[in-house]
Parts: sequence; structure tokens; C-alpha cells
Amino acid sequence: MTKRNQRLLGVAALLIGVGVAATLGFTAFRKNMMYFYTPSDLAAGTVPVGAAAQLGGLVEAGSLTRGDGLKVEFRVADCAKNIPVRYEGVLPDLFREGQGVVADGYMNDEHVFVATRILAKHDENYMPPQVADALKGNPDTGKHSCMPFKAVDKTVAAS
Amino acid sequence: MWTWFHRLASPPTFYRFAERLAPWLLVPGLLLIGIAVWQGLFVAPADYQQGDAFRIIYVHVPAAALSLSIYTAMSVAGAIALIWRMKLAEVAVVTAAPIGASFTALALVTGMLWGKPTWGTYWDWDARLTSELVLLFLYLGVIGLHQAYADPRTAARACAWLALVGVVNVPIVHFSVQWWNSLHQGSTILSAEAIANPKMAPEMLKPLLMSMAGCYLFFGAVWLRRMQNGVLLRERRAKWVREMVLPALPADLPNARPPAGGPGTARRGDRA
Repeated sequence: MTKRNQRLLGVAALLIGVGVAATLGFTAFRKNMMYFYTPSDLAAGTVPVGAAAQLGGLVEAGSLTRGDGLKVEFRVADCAKNIPVRYEGVLPDLFREGQGVVADGYMNDEHVFVATRILAKHDENYMPPQVADALKGNPDTGKHSCMPFKAVDKTVAAS
Repeated sequence: MWTWFHRLASPPTFYRFAERLAPWLLVPGLLLIGIAVWQGLFVAPADYQQGDAFRIIYVHVPAAALSLSIYTAMSVAGAIALIWRMKLAEVAVVTAAPIGASFTALALVTGMLWGKPTWGTYWDWDARLTSELVLLFLYLGVIGLHQAYADPRTAARACAWLALVGVVNVPIVHFSVQWWNSLHQGSTILSAEAIANPKMAPEMLKPLLMSMAGCYLFFGAVWLRRMQNGVLLRERRAKWVREMVLPALPADLPNARPPAGGPGTARRGDRA
């Protein structure tokens, strides 16, 4: 084997080694890589009551009610389950029904998610307002579909 | 083809080749970026949800795409430098890192500026944002490692190893939004699904593609120029540099004419 082939082998071994290590590591720590839990996860009791968690999903259409001052209540849904959320504070500009949101907070013992911060989650679709109006009411546009949300606990299928 | 490739690997041939090619990348690149900025800011319609805030995409997405492409190019050059011991590839590795770091920083800053009005926060530790930050640190690591060695060949080889180890992060950045839940949205243009079924209105997409093409050309030109500088610095004592470059410099420049003979000439038997 020539020197050059040895170096080629070394580089290939390094790349494969790092790749395998990364794959194994990220597979083992899949839960920790998830930025948020889905409503299906929380409904299945993946997170204990009172523990800090992030909940991600869509603000269910028709579920938003505003209380005194900055208090709001709404339900966050994925394709299968929905969780009531209570929040008091400033909402991001993009917050609206049907919009993706990520809420920091915890589940209380009444099975309500008490949020301390709400972020809007934008999707990958960009279009001018006229196009958006034309698409309204068409369920097949993929607009804010529940597809991007992956259950953290693999046994909880959000189908 | 192969002989042409081998000839190109010789520093003087590369220098002349880059000298001719660089303007052909720079001028169309800047033109495309200029048109894309004008179209993106004034011609493309506002987004139905984000309004005018979405226009930062015309800087953010090209910068992010370049940050990954440059890293990939840098590690390919690193592999060539390590396996074939090609000097030009070593120069390519160390000269690509600062450009890549700049584009990565630009992608991070524009993303944060967009995140505040859209998400409601500048920063959060989701998979995409974190892995892009790691990419910036990898670039800074390559730059730092290069500064840490006095001998340019040792430095370049250390940088090449680091570039190769870090390349594992490139697919992680790209696929982070598919593999895991993240705050960052999925790919608008660079995914199999998005190519089959465009997720952006055509009049918004056109300036974005122009801006991306322009940035790639601009990067090509800057990289060639930096590699030319790197080659000159390494070969400063070689005969071809003295013959070709030094007559063009003003005579009273200090250290402009180093004494003939030296380590550069002694190593002329080296590959490339």
C-alpha cells in the first residue's frame, strides 16, 4: 500500500468514524434534540405535572378567548390531540388562530398548560396577500399543516 | 483533462488562471446581487403574514446556503490537501475559512434580526440555530488553528483535519429542521418536497435565486483572489513570483525584493 493510499484510508476512516458517532449520539439523544413537545406527547403524560417544558403546535381555530388585560386562553393542537393553554403577557405579532406557536411553561394538575412565554412559529410558505386570500378555505394547500410536528415519544403517534 | 488539472495545480499556472477568471465571476456576481436587492426590496410583493419583514430572506438565505457550501468546499480541499499533499489545496482550505465565517455570521445576524419581529425572540436554542452557531465556531477554529502554527504547511494540514472533522455538522445544519422539531421553519427552496411543489410565490422566488447565484459568483471571485494572495505569500521567494509580480510593485516598497534563493526555491522539487 502506498503512502497516498494510507492517507486516503485515514481520511475515509475519520469521516466514517465521525459520521457513525454522530448518528449514534443523535439517535440516543433524540429527545433532547427536540425543541418542543407536541400536544400528543403532553396528553400521553410524557412530561410530569409541574415540570418545565415547551409545547409546540397550531393555535386551534375558534379556541382563542381573551380575558382581562393581557390574559388569553386557547388550545394548541397537532393532528391528533389538543391541550388548553393559559397565558398572560405580550403575544408575538404573528400570533393568530391557525398559526404555529411554541409555548414555554408547565402542565398544571388541571391538565392546563400554563405558558410563561409564547413564540410564533413561521412555516416555509411565502406568498403575496392576494394569493393567500385565493387559497383561503382550500384544505389541500398545506398551509400550516400539522406535518412538521414530530412526537418526542415515538410510541405516541400523531397520525 | 488530467494533464490540464495537474498543470493548474502548479502555482504560477493557477495564478495566471485566477487572474483571468476572477473578474468574470466578480462582475456578473455583483450585477446579479444588485438586481436581486433592487427587485427584492422594491419589486417583490410583501408577504401575506410577515409583510415587509420577509425581505431579509434575500440576504439571509444566500448567506446561509453559502455558509454550508463553503464549508463543504473547504473540507473537500482539505481532503485533497491531506491525501495528495497538494499545496494549492492547502491554500484553498485556509483562505476559504474567513469568507465562510463572514457568511455564517451574516446568516446568524440577519436571522436574529428577522426572528425578533417574527418569532418574538432574537435567539433560542433550537437545532437549526445551535448547529449554525457551531458552524461559525468551526470556521473560527480553522482560522485560529491556522494562526497557531508558524510553518504554513503544518498549519494548513491541521486546518484540513479540523475541516474534515467538522464536515459532519453540514448535514446536521441542513437537515436539522427535518429531523427534529425546531423553531426555525423547514426549507423553502432546498428540499426535495419544495422543488417538486414550490413554497414561495414565483415573483418572490426569482430575486432570491438571483441573489443566491450572485453570492456564489461573488464568493468564487473572492476565493480566487484570496488564493492568489496565499500562493504569492507562500511562493514569495520563488523565481516566477519575482519575475511576474515584483516588477509591478513600486521599487521603494520595503522588503519588496527579497534576496534570491531561500526556502521557497529549495523546495521546488515538491509536488505542485
